[in-house]
Amino acid sequence: MELTRRDAVAALAAVGATGGVAVAARRSSDGDGRDDAEGTVGEGDPDGEGDAIPDEATVRAAMTAIATVVYPSEVDGVEEFVDGFLDGRLDGSARATELRAAVGDLDEAAHSWYDAPVAELSEADRDGLLREVGADTADENPDGTLAERVRYHVVNELLLALYASPTGGELVGLENPQGHPGGTESYRRGPR
Amino acid sequence: MSAGDANRDVDRSPVANANVCVVGAGPAGALVADRLAADHDVVVLDAGPRFDPADRLARQERAIRPSSDRPDVWDVGGERDAHANSGEWFYPLNHARVKGVGGSTLHWQGMVMRLHEDDFNSETERGVGPDWPIDYADLRPYYAEAEKELGVAGASDNPYAPPREEPHPMPAFEPSYSDSLFAEACEELGIDMHSVPNARNSEAYDDRSACVGYGTCQPVCPAGAKYDATVHVDRAEERGATVIDRAPVQRLEHDADRVTAAVYATPDGEEHRQTADAFVVACGGVETPRLLLLSESDRYPDGLANSSGTVGKFFMDHLFAGVGGTLDEPTRQNHVGFYTSACDQFYDEADESVGPFKLEFFNYAGPSPVEQALTGDDWGDDLLARLRDGYGTHVAMGGLVEQLPRADSYVGLDPDRTDDRGNPVPEIHWNVGDRALRTIERANEVQRAVLEALGAEIEWVAGPDATGPAYHHMGTTRMSADPDAGVVDADCRTHDLDNCWIASSSVFPTSGAMNPTLTIAALALRVADDVRERL
Repeated sequence: MELTRRDAVAALAAVGATGGVAVAARRSSDGDGRDDAEGTVGEGDPDGEGDAIPDEATVRAAMTAIATVVYPSEVDGVEEFVDGFLDGRLDGSARATELRAAVGDLDEAAHSWYDAPVAELSEADRDGLLREVGADTADENPDGTLAERVRYHVVNELLLALYASPTGGELVGLENPQGHPGGTESYRRGPR
Repeated sequence: MSAGDANRDVDRSPVANANVCVVGAGPAGALVADRLAADHDVVVLDAGPRFDPADRLARQERAIRPSSDRPDVWDVGGERDAHANSGEWFYPLNHARVKGVGGSTLHWQGMVMRLHEDDFNSETERGVGPDWPIDYADLRPYYAEAEKELGVAGASDNPYAPPREEPHPMPAFEPSYSDSLFAEACEELGIDMHSVPNARNSEAYDDRSACVGYGTCQPVCPAGAKYDATVHVDRAEERGATVIDRAPVQRLEHDADRVTAAVYATPDGEEHRQTADAFVVACGGVETPRLLLLSESDRYPDGLANSSGTVGKFFMDHLFAGVGGTLDEPTRQNHVGFYTSACDQFYDEADESVGPFKLEFFNYAGPSPVEQALTGDDWGDDLLARLRDGYGTHVAMGGLVEQLPRADSYVGLDPDRTDDRGNPVPEIHWNVGDRALRTIERANEVQRAVLEALGAEIEWVAGPDATGPAYHHMGTTRMSADPDAGVVDADCRTHDLDNCWIASSSVFPTSGAMNPTLTIAALALRVADDVRERL
């Protein structure tokens, strides 16, 4: 199934460009007195990982490389889709900086363990890298550990983009997935 | 997220010579303010922020992402919203409300039914609970007005609905594909299905777009097609009202028979006094009684407007009843976030033993693939296989049942805990009673029969042991013609204070089983008329 730039635009229509919105998770204390402040957007690196913020080309290359691992094999056009999606998400906001930082830390791990950046690893090594940093079992957290940040800013960012798009929804059998403003016709249609 | 406007230079000083002070910018307060703003100086105080509409997509992302809980979507929680639970039943208060301009309509589902005629006469017709001091006929014209104000999509195909005088403002949403599956089973059982009124635009209405199918109605509609009270807040401001956000009212100052000022706090730590000729308290079923209790005085040692001793008492919510399962065929769920068909056939069979209940045919049974995709330790082909396995054949019915008012179900003040301003937090002491549980069982019987007729493999039942609240806070400043039995009179004006009204579901003497917001809106419009008449 072909992913298109139109899908990328649709995915952005679902989740939005980040803009200046500090949407970082803020799991509620539900009033029990625990700290409930906004996410610490842009406040650095809770894990003590590297500080390098990679350039945009590196981020795009790494995200596309990861997408080919986390997306199902039957989708094509991944690079164009990811590029289009990142056009909206890498917008200079604090959240975009966090995304870039997470990619930078993942790239640093790739260099340490595989002597190459993420984008140059084989698909098997990219998969292995994600699992070795713990992104497979981590709960997403935009300002948590490396595993949690990679899960949030890299893996789930890409999965959200895909499965909130019409093509991603159709992979599952749902042409108007949650988050996509696909109108009020499809819910009335029977199976095709 | 631009929660509030801490970085903006906002004037939160009191309005001089105000005629009306409205406390709370949810649907009730917004409608009252809108109705009165053209002819009177109106000021609205809200405890929460003015949310930026530009953030709605980001809030939708919070709703989908697993790292955010439901209260996070609209910034609920923390010391501001601290609360205590002491009842037999746990009440998740911060899942059940939004503080800010728009109030809980920002996260509501948007279902807007009228109460039935018998709901206003529960004691007489059903032998339990008090009668309201008003009848359906008293509220009927206000229901029609409320439907126009909110923008209701509906049809007159419900033979069990109370009488109405004109069509809904918009046509109903068409039935879903899964409704057509349910219809065959219901026909076999002699169960009637009909449309359901939605405060959601089926076509462009009131300068707001038609629904575009984001599918996240609850807790956020990025399109603005679902009504929320910012509609009337904005309009009230256009008509001259002043709306002050992040201004939690700390107490109502008063003399023997009048409220004299609302004392509110502002983010800079200051307190201000808003005086007015009339005060309308519209803070919902929890914060309304709390504010009255916090306003105790030598004259009213048990809380303001509490000569009856009923402030905070008789806390009610609707309880959920549901059954779900899977078919061996596609059911096309999760395209939209609202339901399109319902059944009120059993509603008026209510009596002393079993309460009224309504039934809903879900269009969003089973997991959302997007949300499923963000959890689990798989990706790639394995993830897609899991999503395909989990999506496609689910069906479910839901329903709401009535909870009777009970003396042992109440909202009080927790003596041991204070909020961010040093005020005692609300203590929720929620008990539901056996009649509600029997009603859930009865609803489950019907739901189970429908799903079995449909050929479903039943996978879950939300019965008496697995129910929960519908987030409809009601009953805590009940309406009664008798000053010894209620807080407000039939006009929703407090018995104790001549210039204080309450516009809220807190005035409901009984709850019925219909979603309360249309009734809240109708009562608010009626309050506005009464305030105008007396000013």
